[in-house]
Amino acid sequence: MKGSFFDELRRFDCFDFSSFLENARRQDVERALLKDSLGELDFLTLLSRNALGYLEPLAQKAREYTLANFGKVILLYTPLYISNYCDNDCLYCGFKYSNVIQRRKLSVSEVEREAQEIAKSGIRHVLLLTGESKEMSPVSYIQECIQAVSRYFSSVGIEIYPLTEEEYVGLSAAGADGLTLYQETYDRDLYSSLHSRGPKSDYRFRLDAPQRAAVARMRQVNVGALLGLGEFQKDVFLAGLHGRWLQNNYPEIELGISFPRLQPHTGDFICAHPLTDQELVQSLIAMRLFLPRAGIAISTRENSALRKNLIGLGVTRMSAGSRTQVGGYALDATKEEGQFEIADTSSVDQVKKMIAQKGYQPVCKDWQA
Amino acid sequence: MDDALIISGHKIDNRFFLGTGKFASYKLMQEAIISSGARVVTVALRRVDTQSAHDNILKYIPKECIIMANTSGARNADEAIRIARIARAAGCGDWIKIEVIPDNKYLLPDNAQTILATEVLAKEGFIVMPYVNPDLADARRLSDAGAASIMPLGAPIGTNKGVCMRELIKILIQEISLPIIVDAGIGRPSHAAEAMELGASAVLVNTAVATAEDPVLIAQAFSLAVKAGRIAYRAGVVLPKAQAEPSSPLTGFLR
Repeated sequence: MKGSFFDELRRFDCFDFSSFLENARRQDVERALLKDSLGELDFLTLLSRNALGYLEPLAQKAREYTLANFGKVILLYTPLYISNYCDNDCLYCGFKYSNVIQRRKLSVSEVEREAQEIAKSGIRHVLLLTGESKEMSPVSYIQECIQAVSRYFSSVGIEIYPLTEEEYVGLSAAGADGLTLYQETYDRDLYSSLHSRGPKSDYRFRLDAPQRAAVARMRQVNVGALLGLGEFQKDVFLAGLHGRWLQNNYPEIELGISFPRLQPHTGDFICAHPLTDQELVQSLIAMRLFLPRAGIAISTRENSALRKNLIGLGVTRMSAGSRTQVGGYALDATKEEGQFEIADTSSVDQVKKMIAQKGYQPVCKDWQA
Repeated sequence: MDDALIISGHKIDNRFFLGTGKFASYKLMQEAIISSGARVVTVALRRVDTQSAHDNILKYIPKECIIMANTSGARNADEAIRIARIARAAGCGDWIKIEVIPDNKYLLPDNAQTILATEVLAKEGFIVMPYVNPDLADARRLSDAGAASIMPLGAPIGTNKGVCMRELIKILIQEISLPIIVDAGIGRPSHAAEAMELGASAVLVNTAVATAEDPVLIAQAFSLAVKAGRIAYRAGVVLPKAQAEPSSPLTGFLR
């Protein structure tokens, strides 16, 4: 197959999502509920309004699939922001170029201090993040940071600006074993309106980045959309198709899908399509049934009570003890602006306790580098 | 008559092997091991954290058990070999279940890469237990490469569909002198009994125990089913036939 996921996306250029979703009948939902394996239109049907009436049986099935594939285990990880310099002006982001915030880039030794602080909590999977600035956080700097933190963690993931295949090969050799990259929205027109400045305006380069990471033999590839930017059904659907395409063409990867939902941030962006909790749950469940083998992550953008309820519905990974400020762990930067506001401020131990209370095992290590 | 399973000179009292992944807690996993009397347990190296005082899975495995580290996460022979060596250095011993899975959708193993890894690790003194798709030619290659057993899948991991590959597994049992240990896809104790009735040397179960409502009780049931299946096999259990057969055969009059 191969080629690019863009070719798959183009099939839906003229697809009338609104009409399909409006006309999805209860019988269509019931038929999808009975299937062992969902086709793409079954998946979309489960995102329709009529599917909300079947949320409980869908949730039961999602739970079964998750148990069979992942057991009663939730993997914990922590994000580590290394720089908030950014050349992009994404309208919704706290780090955007035009926001007047304290800009900071950690030195490699500071990154190591942050890593040491995170490692004290028992976390063994870390996710390095940076804004997009090739001048302030070039690939060479990111590579040094990966090398500096590798000794403290069994897995180092990256959530950074899109790179070339060669650059991903370099970071993989330095010790990065996973990529997280959200397309933000798969709607090309909406994407253009939200990302008019900077390198992020290149929709196609970003879209194909997870594929380049897979070709570069990154073990884990996580995709998703920032929910709330566009109509969630379309973005969740296309994120699912993106995941499926990656899984089918690069079966070696451990696929992950995340569900970041827009929360308050610095600036005056108004979320055009805020997602309710019910719609988030619907999205998560439908994704689980469509991609039974995909890891599903929920971050601390969501509050503790909701995160607790999402365990058992398909979630397999959670961030814990998170700080979204650069230098937020060991360097006293907690008063500075983070990329977004954390809704679950629980410590790692508190998150572990919460997971155990739900009858699941919190796991800090699930990889051997 | 002593019917113990012998693998690479080791006498194994219980033909029920248990996987330790997917449990809700290490304590529960430990209780399931004890209640079933399992003497061989698999452990994914990716989960072994020797730096942690509280979260080290190895501390929850009873001392009388043989730990069979598995190379979960390996996508090719090189990765499996690397993981095996790390496992041994981490104190997991010489038993190694080779899992080379380049396909994360169905979790089916790569037989060719498994054979390559077996050749290398057997020479390094590992007791190699390769997890494979049931294939006679590959089983012969694995035997020649120094494998201590063959572990064919009953059905894809996590599906709980039972011994779907029974016809191919029967061929392996008939033709290969190594222990044939059915691994993956076993969803119920009756599946485990069936595998043993066919003549399998042992059965390995993980998902069906770890995700059961009562893992401790079901582990016990699996162990008993494996014993029952083994006794049935030794008693010469009558296997299903393709067609009806009268209880008085046509040539009975000649006696």
